[in-house]
Amino acid sequence: MATPSATLPRAAAPREIPHDVSPGLWTLAWRRLSADRVGMVSLAIVVAFVVLMILSGTGLVAKDWAREVGVNYAPPSFVGADVEAGAPAAPAAPAASVSAGDWQSSIVDPLADVIAELKGTKRAAAPGAAPAEGGSVDPLADVMADIRAGKAAETAAPATADVRSATLPFGGDKWGRDVVAKTIKGSETSIFVGIAAALVATALGTLFGAVAGYYGRWVDDAFNWFYSVFNSIPYLLLILAFAAVLQQKGMLTIILILGLTGWTGVFRLIRAEYLKHKSREYVQAADAIGASNARRMFVHIFPNVSHVVLVQLSILVVGFIKAEVILSFLGFGVPVDVVSWGSMLNEAQNELILGKWWQLVAATVAMATLVTAFSLFTDALRDALDPKLKGLKGH
Amino acid sequence: MTAYIIRRLWQMVPTLAGVVLLVFFLFNWIGGDPAYVLAGKISNQEQIDNIRRQLGVDQPYWVQLWIFVKQILSGDFGASWSTNERISSIILTRLPPSLTVLVPLLILETLIAIGLALAVAYVRGSLTDRMVMILCTIGLSISILVYIIVFQYVFAYKLGWFPVQGWGDSFAENLFRYASLPILIGLAVSIAPNLRLFRTFVLDEINQDYVRTARAKGLSENRIMWVHVLRNASIPIITYVMAALPALLIGAFLIERFFSIPGIGREVILAVERSDFPVIKAITVYVAVATMVFNLLADLMYKAVDPRVQLR
Repeated sequence: MATPSATLPRAAAPREIPHDVSPGLWTLAWRRLSADRVGMVSLAIVVAFVVLMILSGTGLVAKDWAREVGVNYAPPSFVGADVEAGAPAAPAAPAASVSAGDWQSSIVDPLADVIAELKGTKRAAAPGAAPAEGGSVDPLADVMADIRAGKAAETAAPATADVRSATLPFGGDKWGRDVVAKTIKGSETSIFVGIAAALVATALGTLFGAVAGYYGRWVDDAFNWFYSVFNSIPYLLLILAFAAVLQQKGMLTIILILGLTGWTGVFRLIRAEYLKHKSREYVQAADAIGASNARRMFVHIFPNVSHVVLVQLSILVVGFIKAEVILSFLGFGVPVDVVSWGSMLNEAQNELILGKWWQLVAATVAMATLVTAFSLFTDALRDALDPKLKGLKGH
Repeated sequence: MTAYIIRRLWQMVPTLAGVVLLVFFLFNWIGGDPAYVLAGKISNQEQIDNIRRQLGVDQPYWVQLWIFVKQILSGDFGASWSTNERISSIILTRLPPSLTVLVPLLILETLIAIGLALAVAYVRGSLTDRMVMILCTIGLSISILVYIIVFQYVFAYKLGWFPVQGWGDSFAENLFRYASLPILIGLAVSIAPNLRLFRTFVLDEINQDYVRTARAKGLSENRIMWVHVLRNASIPIITYVMAALPALLIGAFLIERFFSIPGIGREVILAVERSDFPVIKAITVYVAVATMVFNLLADLMYKAVDPRVQLR
């Protein structure tokens, strides 16, 4: 009595029988990760930073970071307006000697600014060769004051448009730009460079490691030689050597520098994984059905080592964010007109001597929060992906 | 043993050749003609011509490479492009200040980190242990730049306990006056990662059977930790410290820069800023050689502290 209409549901039936699908690696890993409270909190912080970076990159947040919304070195609101602004630092930054009150008056009297500026330069010139330290604090201050004086004189008529506040929520920098907006803008550079360079380094390391481990023999020897060459030069020296040669500064340059020098750690681990996997049965099976070498390497083996790649990527991002900050601080990183946490620290170094600590704190807190969260997330990720490794945290 | 050392030394040859090729590729090929690099940095055309002749810029690449190899073999890299100082004399005079800061730093940081690691591992899993580990993670996340900026400001500039920067002529003055704050900063920066790492080394040993045996024999906890556990944990620690030694040669270059210590690290930064290629080339090659030698020493040391290790 098997009519076609009767067999149809029977044929479909086995598909409907509920059976336990054993969860895959990623599902299991995600379950373990979401059970890890520290890991989830740090993941949320990292995601928040990345979202902020994207918003800032698309111009939705901190677009006006370069607007001089406060007075020079506007202190944070909770500190209060700076009344005796920079008296001892006058020779270094004449503009800084103009206190909040003067700024208000300068709007009324377009010349006051110019006069203050003149006074400032005179004072700077008066003590002779202004003490080397003071002079070196800010070589641009005079120029900036000039520019600003000109601008103030120009815009004096519609003066009300250019009211600068005496304090900003978390302080302002030398030019009165909001430190928070600047930190967000800086995170854009630092995080983007960190992630992009880590992607380059991981891609290189994975490709080299896969080829070396899979083919073995002379290919392996060649890549091992390459590895030992890169590994015998201390990392920072290698970075500086690349920085010395690649003259033009820019985000692409620094991503290249970090990416081209940072692949060795990934290479070593991935090579070992491929050595282990290449003789496994599933690879032989793939060989038997006629899969090409490239297909076996990247379609069959790669998913089985991808957790190693992911953890290494995460470790590299942290390392590269730190490295970018140092390089930019030294002036070998992003160009001067691009703000990064490193260039903020560079400015903050001189500001601290004048007692203006807020930019230092802003950049430090932002960076420390992100890096702590990212490191904790990396640990959680490693534990989630490879529970056997739990506890082995030295790297 | 001798055969092993000879074989290892022999294996260094291809690696060193690779380093030479890499440095050559970077500076002579990508770096290109010094006339372009130095345009605006050295105005003296005659000097630039001189440099071009020394490098053999007009010659084919293999001749340039041969010139570079001869420089390495003879140890004579010529003179710095910007100061005209002999490079051999640059390296010899910059090495002592770097070592003055870094040798005491390395000894102190290793000893302190070992002591703390034993203590923290002993109370593993406790609140103290977890707090210390969290502090280490946070400490690691703060940029070394911030440590230097803040320490220099607070201890040197505000409190005046140390000179803000500088370097003297006598060794004792340098060590106790100028190097103290840099060493302190180095400790603040390096204790956290070392403690984390050494703690895992100690933890690997602390649950071993011999520890239980020692305890059953009635040995004091101090003796168990400081003699039995430390001895075994020191095997990976020594390897790690030996591997960290080459970094001594380029020094804590940020510290040297901030404190105007005339060491190798500061020299590298200056050379990068001035595009002073011969200085970077020479330092890179020498440091690579030193790294390989230290790696060999590390393996030999490994064998010395752990007789079970078979050198292949």
